[in-house]
Amino acid sequence: MTGIALLIASALLVGLGALGCLLWALSSGQYEDLEGDAQRILIDRPEDQ
Amino acid sequence: MGAIGLSGFRPEQADDLSRYLKDAGRGEERFDVMVKGARCAGCIAKIERGVKAVPGVRDGRLNLSTGKLVVTGRSLKPETILRYVRDLGYDAQPFDAGEILDAGDWEGRFLLRCMAVAGFATVFTMGLTDAIWYGGGDLGTEARRNFFWLAGAISIPATLYSAQPFFQAAWRSIRSARAGMDVPISLALLLSLGMSIYQTATDGAHTYFDASVMLTFLLLIGRYLDHRLRDRARGAARHLLAMQTLLVRRQGPDGTIQTVPARELMPGDMVMLASGDRAPVNGMLADRGTELDLSLVTGEVLPQAVAQGALVQAGSVVTGLPVLLQATARVEDSLIADLARLLEAGQQVRNRYVRLADRAARAYVPGVFALSVLVMAGWLIAGAPLASAVTSAITILIITCPCALGLAVPAVQVVATERLFRKGVFVKSGDALERLAQIEKVVFDKTGTLTVGNPVLCDRERIAPEILDRAAKLARASRHPLATALADAAGPGEAASDVREVAGSGLERGSGADLERLGSATWCGAENPGAVQLWYRRGAEAPVGFRFEDRIRPDAKALVRELEAKGLSVEMLTGDVPLIAARIAGEVGITDWQAAVRPEQKAHHLEALAKANIRTLMVGDGLNDAAALAMAHVSIAPGTAADISQKAADMVLRGGDLMPIAEAIAVARKARRLVLENFALALAYNLTAIPLAALGMVTPLIAAATMAGSSLLVTLNALRLMGGGKS
Repeated sequence: MTGIALLIASALLVGLGALGCLLWALSSGQYEDLEGDAQRILIDRPEDQ
Repeated sequence: MGAIGLSGFRPEQADDLSRYLKDAGRGEERFDVMVKGARCAGCIAKIERGVKAVPGVRDGRLNLSTGKLVVTGRSLKPETILRYVRDLGYDAQPFDAGEILDAGDWEGRFLLRCMAVAGFATVFTMGLTDAIWYGGGDLGTEARRNFFWLAGAISIPATLYSAQPFFQAAWRSIRSARAGMDVPISLALLLSLGMSIYQTATDGAHTYFDASVMLTFLLLIGRYLDHRLRDRARGAARHLLAMQTLLVRRQGPDGTIQTVPARELMPGDMVMLASGDRAPVNGMLADRGTELDLSLVTGEVLPQAVAQGALVQAGSVVTGLPVLLQATARVEDSLIADLARLLEAGQQVRNRYVRLADRAARAYVPGVFALSVLVMAGWLIAGAPLASAVTSAITILIITCPCALGLAVPAVQVVATERLFRKGVFVKSGDALERLAQIEKVVFDKTGTLTVGNPVLCDRERIAPEILDRAAKLARASRHPLATALADAAGPGEAASDVREVAGSGLERGSGADLERLGSATWCGAENPGAVQLWYRRGAEAPVGFRFEDRIRPDAKALVRELEAKGLSVEMLTGDVPLIAARIAGEVGITDWQAAVRPEQKAHHLEALAKANIRTLMVGDGLNDAAALAMAHVSIAPGTAADISQKAADMVLRGGDLMPIAEAIAVARKARRLVLENFALALAYNLTAIPLAALGMVTPLIAAATMAGSSLLVTLNALRLMGGGKS
């Protein structure tokens, strides 16, 4: 029973951690410009040219 | 012409824009710029690199979705930054947070946050409860109860938080006494939570903790997709506001010049307008006459001479000499504001359109409630105890929760929008597709829609090359549309440097026997002008006339034929003279046309069609079409259209081709069929579950499977719209 309790607790922690990361990404504006971010990967960095 | 936005302001070194600088902390300043025309990675790189080259700038970042460029650095010079961006070929204005809602997409972020919470809770709760349904027999009652309480501890707060969008919408629709999908959704969520708590407390096995969070998660996906489609339409409205924030140069009584936002202008103020500037307010020409492009007011493409003291309407563009305009009205009372109000009225007309999903809800909701009451009554009559009768009734409400119905429409519309985007049609709102599928009639504007919109020299072979050459030398010095067309016809070459522009007449250079003139018939001394619009004369030689015509878009005729093959009637409305209208209509094969129609008559005509219950698609580009576009059941503007018309239209074409209009109608009709199919699928899925629920045989596992299964099926059906691009 302690095994299950530990497993559930750790699963909860991992899940909440991931949720926290996503909420942080949202509040720090990383979802503000999805269109622009999709295009930005096509831009060469100046030093590569 | 279309390239000129409503914001004709071009900043110069002398303008003081420091009021737009904001403090960015750490001794740095921030300047927000509204950039128009950026579309791709190349634009981002070009603009950001260009801005970083400006002295003092540390960083520049462009948001492609909103067009907002944030520049940070020390001792910034806003006017220099604006000039740099403009030199790169993009329209740039200071971003005025007072006018434009700077809040961004708050609702979208909230929906995403709800989705994240619901998604996490779904996975976690299913891990706890689904395990019980598969191997639950081995667990003791007490252990099972603990598992359920744990699942409840996660899913109850998660549902209450992330289902807020549905609760709020349900509350709104209850208060306004309208049936919407949100009422049965909210009810199902709350009832499933309540019943799960009751079951757990009484050591029952039928808990729906996982169903409530999963339901919320799946529904939020549909809601978010729907929101993103609608947000585009809202973005268009924001841009319209942004266009009114233009800056003007005001001349004080002492002759000093100040750069101020147009909305600060008061009647009596003097505004300096250079060539190419747009009048921000209604006013009077104070110092002299000039030439004006009145296309906003009359739809006429060619500039007209206006004398000193004449009244000028806001939106007219100065094409001749620079002038001083004495304001007679404030911005709010001027023409552009009138247009904005007209557009708003059009939007309200459209808001009366009931979306397919809402119509489905109106039939669905009362049916489901009636059914669950019947089932409860049936059980009670059959002698079942109250508790189990109530349980069956609640199970019906949970199992018929319109989960798939919530996804049925947005999934199809997102796929259809993406497909049309690849074909060159930008769809601004999801319900525009629904409306497009219903049309019975198409009304076209002529100039700039069926035709290219620029005059082209049409009797070139008749003109001696030497004369064309000399006339073009004069023409290259002017921005008049006919002069530009003449220069285009002659090809590249040098422009004469000593050209004098005479407002209302034309261009001239030299003197005496070498006097060259290019302009109107009377000015060049030509007789019998007829259909010839431009004349050239050198000294005492006989004047030579140049005839110009508008060219028809190459695929206009094919489009008209295609539309008629689809069973639609086609009509043309134009502000042009009947002679030219008849020729163009004949060439593209339109028999039903009206000429010399003023802008407000166009709007009235569309309104009359709507009153007669003829659902009409309006295709138009000019500023004078904006009101008609807003009044139509659904509207499309070509990519070359004026800003305000692009804002007013439901869809915008990207290239110069018209054929995508036929494609858009085909996709819209197909999307409508798929949506109806999806309703049928979702309903069929629920119908199989209802008898089970009525008999009290539904287990939480079946509930979870039907919900996820029907959502999946509906989404897959929507994806069918993606293929078939070849046909």
